[in-house]
Amino acid sequence: MTAASGLAVEDEALVPVDWAVVLKDAVIAALVATLLALPLMGLQTYDIGGGALGIRTHFDWVAMAAAAVFTGRLALILQQRLRRGRERGAETIFARLAAWGNRRALPITLVGIAFALALPFLPFSSRYLIDLGTTVLIYVMLGWGLNVVVGLAGLLDLGYVAFYAVGAYTFALLARDLGLSFWQALPFSGLVAASFGVILGFPVLRLRGDYLAIVTLGFGEIIRILLLNWSPVTGGPNGISDIPRPSFFGLPFARSTPEGMTTFHQFFGLDFSPAQRVTYIYFVILALALVTNLFTSRLRRLPIGRAWEALREDEVACRALGINPTNVKLSAFGIGAMLGGFAGCFFATRQGFISPESFTFIESATILAIVVLGGMGSQMGVVLAAILLVTLPEFGRAFAEFRMLIFGAAMVAIMVWRPRGLLAHREPSLRLHTGRSTAP
Amino acid sequence: MAYFLQQLINGLTLGSIYGLIAIGYTMVYGIIGMINFAHGEIYMIGAFISIIAFLVLGLIGVSYVPLALALVLLTTMLFTAIYGWTVERVAYRPLRGSFRLAPLISAIGTSIFLQNYVQILQGAREKPMLPLIQGGFTVFESGGFAVRLSYLQLLIMLVTLALMAGFTTFIATTPLGRAQRACEQDMQMAALLGVDVDRVISMTFVMGAALAAVAGLMVTLYYGVVDFFIGFLAGVKAFTAAVLGGIGSLPGAMLGGILIGLIEAFWSGYFSVEYKDVSVFVVLILVLVFRPTGLLGRPELEKV
Repeated sequence: MTAASGLAVEDEALVPVDWAVVLKDAVIAALVATLLALPLMGLQTYDIGGGALGIRTHFDWVAMAAAAVFTGRLALILQQRLRRGRERGAETIFARLAAWGNRRALPITLVGIAFALALPFLPFSSRYLIDLGTTVLIYVMLGWGLNVVVGLAGLLDLGYVAFYAVGAYTFALLARDLGLSFWQALPFSGLVAASFGVILGFPVLRLRGDYLAIVTLGFGEIIRILLLNWSPVTGGPNGISDIPRPSFFGLPFARSTPEGMTTFHQFFGLDFSPAQRVTYIYFVILALALVTNLFTSRLRRLPIGRAWEALREDEVACRALGINPTNVKLSAFGIGAMLGGFAGCFFATRQGFISPESFTFIESATILAIVVLGGMGSQMGVVLAAILLVTLPEFGRAFAEFRMLIFGAAMVAIMVWRPRGLLAHREPSLRLHTGRSTAP
Repeated sequence: MAYFLQQLINGLTLGSIYGLIAIGYTMVYGIIGMINFAHGEIYMIGAFISIIAFLVLGLIGVSYVPLALALVLLTTMLFTAIYGWTVERVAYRPLRGSFRLAPLISAIGTSIFLQNYVQILQGAREKPMLPLIQGGFTVFESGGFAVRLSYLQLLIMLVTLALMAGFTTFIATTPLGRAQRACEQDMQMAALLGVDVDRVISMTFVMGAALAAVAGLMVTLYYGVVDFFIGFLAGVKAFTAAVLGGIGSLPGAMLGGILIGLIEAFWSGYFSVEYKDVSVFVVLILVLVFRPTGLLGRPELEKV
């Protein structure tokens, strides 16, 4: 039962539009918008120096906002009237798209993977594009990791970035103090992050869903503040720099050859080019992301994955059937944390420098937005949402500035109109065949 | 001893502010059972509106401080309340009856939206505010350490006390307050008996926002700077206060607020300023794990 289906009244002949009522409604909406916009939009504060503020008026913006709300409200009401008894436009398009995506899941996936593999070698490809692709893939991997927790197990984790940070710092510290390389440290990053997940999860996972969300948020902040203030170990706000880059089976990417080693371009008899390293890093994250996807989609078919989904749908029934909710949740939480840790390890090696600034709550919110917008539980949706989120700022400064504004609004809009996400796949993977469709 | 007293005063002042914000969380949770994650943002908007109101009054030429304060208080409450009302109407009301986490995700979206909305419109820089109320008096003096209680601190505590008293009376005696208590106990039954549940919920958000606006105004006066990000931490702390006091309980919210203020003040005073936020988060986790009903809350029944 969604809000949208609650709005659409059952089949009914088109009612004549009562213009007086509709207009009154829109005028009220515009009035409220004016009042809202008046202080914050209409009066803009700015520095006039000497610790004082001046004020600028922008009543034109207020008028525009009111006009926009008026037309928007009018359109919304009329659209609701018109679609009574009919199929709902945008709703159907997305539903069809999702259904098509599910039917053709394999070919779409293969084309997607082929494109991702070929990207660095395409004629229009550039270092900038590969870099962008790497960023997208980091978010895809994080999204897939968080999807285990939020999408499959239905636990809202607002501090996912903590595990990302733990993974990144684990690698940075292992590299700095013990001289471990990326590939040697990778398993430890995942392991340490997973332990943090289990240690945090054990006491708090018996809490109600929304309490859990707040506790994870608190945990994320605790980790960030610790990283910021525990300077002897973490370097405080300055972070840790000179994190080693990954090597190709022991062959480093460098212009000058380190003593007693062969570099990548020497070994293969190529000319040195920085693009080789960028491309290699891109393939590393692509491989990590694909392994993550394979891992989680296999898990989903195992008893543990079924238990996650069952728990998400009905916790009380699960308990009645003898599933231990705490253990099942703990496994989801731990695995999600581990994947976050892997992603963090990669992030550290890619940036070469990490500081607590990269691990703020905004980052958690961004990853959550990717999962929610994509449709919780949908692997494909995460990819689409990550591409959208990362590339949006590249379309121009305006987009960069408004990115999070748009994403915040989109999160609300999705919850109101399509609570299951753009490409929803929240259907449990397994259900009993009762002979009739149980889908709403 | 003197140092202890000083921290006590600072803690009580801070706690009053947290308590006012916590009431918004606790009322909404009591009635519709959701964490209004955007409430911290409402408080931030209150702080911004109060700064803007002060500036406008300065331009008009209102220089008599008590009058300016009263006017700013009223306008801030009014405009912030409209924000609270709109948030409920747009982001939460359509979601009643949706799946469990939907309102919370919508609230997080609202919070991200409002933060960026203010950042884009008003800029990311800190907004300074010249001190309006200066001076104070020495309460106690020993060993060269004077315990100061500034007029502003006194004002903050008195305003909080007055608002709390007024608010408790409102809930206890007016028809709307009665309807709120009825909705808190059983929303369906209240609806059957003729209570306009939608209106009650709207009014709850309006009242919560108005109180948060007062908190925003007081923080503007107290710290003298405001930026678009203050809502996040204050929101989490106030939520912790609500949980500590027992979510759903009004005196609990105030008690929790004061306790959190004291914990923060004493922690900064005796241990370390860097980890003062950690102390609050640790309290939150400990309370939720060991006593999820808080100090004054009732145990929650799990419904199938």
